[in-house]
Amino acid sequence: MTKQKTGFGGKLLKALTYALLSLWGLAVLFPFYWMLLTSVKSYGAYSAEYIPKFFTLTPTLENYFKAFTTVPLGRYFGNTLLFTLVTTALMMAVITLSAFAFARLDFKGKHLLFAFFLALMMIPNELVIITNFVTITNLDLRNTFTGLILPSVTSVFYIYLLKEQFEQIPDELYYAAKVDGTSDFKYLFKVMLPICRPTVVTVCILKVIECWNSYVWPRLITDDPAHFLVSNGIQEIRENGFGREDIPAMMAAVVVISVPLIVLFLIFRKKIMAGVARGGTKG
Amino acid sequence: MKIVFEHLTKIYPSRKKGGAPVTAVADFDFEIPDGTLVGLLGPSGCGKSTALNLISGLAEPTQGRILFGDEDVTALPPEKRGVGLVFQNYALYPHMTVRQNILFPLQNLKGPQKLSKEEMEKRVNEAAALVQIEQLMDRKPSEMSGGQQQRVAIARALVKTPRVLLLDEPLSNLDARLRLQTREEIRRIQRKTGVTTIFVTHDQEEAMSISDRIVVMKAGAVHQIGRPQDVYDEPADSFVAKFLGTPPINVFRGSVRGGKLYIGSEAVLDVKAADREAVEVGVRPEGFIPKEDGALTCRLQAVEVMGRDISIVSRHDASEAAIRAIVSAEHAAMATGETVRFDLKPNKVFAFETESGARIAL
Amino acid sequence: MKQNGKKAWLYLLPAIAFLGVFMVYPLLDVFVYSFEEGYNSASQSYFGVGLYNYSYVLHDPFFLQAVKNTFLLVIVTVPLSTGFALLISLGLHSVKKLQQLFQTIYFLPYVTNTLAVGLVFMILFKKTEYSAGLMNLLLGAFGMSPVDFIDGPYWAKLFVLCFYTVWIVLPFKILILTSALASVDQTYYDAAKVDGAGRWRVFSRITLPMISPMIFYLVITGFIGAFKAYSDAVALFGVNLNAAGMNTIVGYIYDMLYGDSGGYPSYASAAAVILFAVVLTITVINLTVSRKNTAK
Repeated sequence: MTKQKTGFGGKLLKALTYALLSLWGLAVLFPFYWMLLTSVKSYGAYSAEYIPKFFTLTPTLENYFKAFTTVPLGRYFGNTLLFTLVTTALMMAVITLSAFAFARLDFKGKHLLFAFFLALMMIPNELVIITNFVTITNLDLRNTFTGLILPSVTSVFYIYLLKEQFEQIPDELYYAAKVDGTSDFKYLFKVMLPICRPTVVTVCILKVIECWNSYVWPRLITDDPAHFLVSNGIQEIRENGFGREDIPAMMAAVVVISVPLIVLFLIFRKKIMAGVARGGTKG
Repeated sequence: MKIVFEHLTKIYPSRKKGGAPVTAVADFDFEIPDGTLVGLLGPSGCGKSTALNLISGLAEPTQGRILFGDEDVTALPPEKRGVGLVFQNYALYPHMTVRQNILFPLQNLKGPQKLSKEEMEKRVNEAAALVQIEQLMDRKPSEMSGGQQQRVAIARALVKTPRVLLLDEPLSNLDARLRLQTREEIRRIQRKTGVTTIFVTHDQEEAMSISDRIVVMKAGAVHQIGRPQDVYDEPADSFVAKFLGTPPINVFRGSVRGGKLYIGSEAVLDVKAADREAVEVGVRPEGFIPKEDGALTCRLQAVEVMGRDISIVSRHDASEAAIRAIVSAEHAAMATGETVRFDLKPNKVFAFETESGARIAL
Repeated sequence: MKQNGKKAWLYLLPAIAFLGVFMVYPLLDVFVYSFEEGYNSASQSYFGVGLYNYSYVLHDPFFLQAVKNTFLLVIVTVPLSTGFALLISLGLHSVKKLQQLFQTIYFLPYVTNTLAVGLVFMILFKKTEYSAGLMNLLLGAFGMSPVDFIDGPYWAKLFVLCFYTVWIVLPFKILILTSALASVDQTYYDAAKVDGAGRWRVFSRITLPMISPMIFYLVITGFIGAFKAYSDAVALFGVNLNAAGMNTIVGYIYDMLYGDSGGYPSYASAAAVILFAVVLTITVINLTVSRKNTAK
């Protein structure tokens, strides 16, 4: 095919396209730049700027130091890490077992139960969170990790996703493993999970993102800062954080909280985007 | 290891509600001698794969018993039977290397059967050497050709020194050239290990070429068991006669009257059999001798040259299909006019009952 | 292979247990709560069964404010974000250079903590004694007088909430639309080129119909998502949303449950059921419309 000559209109359109794309790119990046910039300005310098400067010649790390000492950011961070890892690990165990049962085993009522599971996908969180709050309170699990974690260790959607993947594996592999003397459990871990690794990794990452950013449930269930997660921590910092409106220190905290996920995203960019495109929604 | 079937039957309930149940294996009652290579042969849907699954333990019989030697294995799960199974699509674990695939069955052994690391290593290498894939050990299945994958599958099945080796349609996923080569290979490996081997196929040529015995099945029932040549030469019924042989046997409407076998109105052979109104007459393609004054007169349609032999295609009123005769090329001159006449070789002509298909001794 | 039945249920036990306790039971319970009048969470007693909770919620000025805020947010952000996402995706689809880079950048808001980045938006829009804030300086450059977007007039607060919401939901929509655009078979475009169709015709007759299922999907999930808006508002205006006059329906539910005005699970339940009914109705309407459109 010969290359078409683009006329003036085409060129203009192209220029406009790039302008639009760059503009939105800027709109996305600017808040990140601004938080990074503000976080390295000293408190004095920041307060003195009536017109905020777009750069600083005297960057300082004192705000980061403050963020970890004045408020228990390190603790929030650790809590979130623990919460994220345990929740994700437990959920993976629960959904793997269920997906295996649905994909590989035969039992009475399988299709009915699966349809019921799918129906549960349509239940909004807001509808069940009230009773869950009461349940956890009555069990005396407020301000505990157990209370934080338990309600989010099952996900019907991820069971569905994993089951679909498991079903792609040909039956013969299962029979081959049977003849080779493999137990169901071993087959699941030695054969099915390794084959479905891409999906498993995607589900893990999506869950990690969800856990890291969760706000509503932790807010309901914890009022003791010792059990705050980063989202609640940042809110706490905002409400009565550094004793005064110390914006640069606040921004330092925001940077610390945001960096892990951004790094995770940059590493697993393709996987995350493909995973989200396959059915993730925000929240 | 000798395999004994005693009235083995498998009936599947119908998939549709209220439908009739399907008999996949009907009353298997025979023995497979130790160390033989047996081809289980039949058209697709005849129950041969079910039979294989019954032997491996992946399916449970509705009734009857299976014995390996003197041991009743009917109730044993697959892993306790000591069978090696090669799947039609090989079923190699895609995420493991060749070595890991072959090693996998050994790692599952428990209790007194458990092997040391060195022993496992040795066994894996032996199995790999047997099927000649030593240089492929670190590849993944997706990086190999179909033929190579199959060797790996065979090695994986053999590595735990099974009492019985089972192969499901071992050649169907290979191209024509590899097929010839691989069937020799299976023969060689079986000879070398001496393991009792059963393979399932719908391709009669494949079964005939390498089996010590073939078992011809249709609709769950065994029609004939025997050495390939014997089964070909002396088919038990019309199904076996029609199923074996390429090109297939020619079938005519005929009768027996006064010690002669008739095809249509032409007497073609002298026979000892009693008179019959109607019989089905089968003539193997190589059973025709072109002759000026031959007993059977056909309308010539075409002559296909095949090199050493020629194939004479003709029509006869007593047959629905075209008649195909394979004769030596020197007879080509005989097949030039409107008609062609043949004499028939007595040992290539069979008669069957029209209803039951049972063989009639001539 | 016989004992599969029992074993399967064993494998399913954890999931069934968790779903039962934290999904099925609460689902039934929320309706029970919403009809129990005067429920006291301390004594766990109530004195009647009826519609009082619903009536209370529907007459509560805070709830009405929350409904107004939420509806405005939905009406503004869903069409705006979907349209803008479509525009950007089309742009992204038409360029080759830097496409990957743009895609990566655009997706960033998806992986960030809503609360944390909300703080950045707050300081960008906030007017304080010692600084008008960056946004106001920008407005000043166009000759407009500074407005406090965080503590100021209602329209300004609504504007910043909508802006932040669009910023947050755009990555998902752009991602879905770009993959939808990429999956349109190139041969259709080639055929259109051979037929001499212009840019606009190609877009309206080929591209748009081909990706319309995905657009409908985004509109439906967009409606559902926007109705559940909450943490974005918290990020911008703080925990006490009622005081700021910027509460959302979900925020109202949580406030009823917990916080300064909390301790009323019955009211919270009634509000949750109302929200669910609204979302369900709108989703059904959406689905009906989209089915009619695709049937055409």
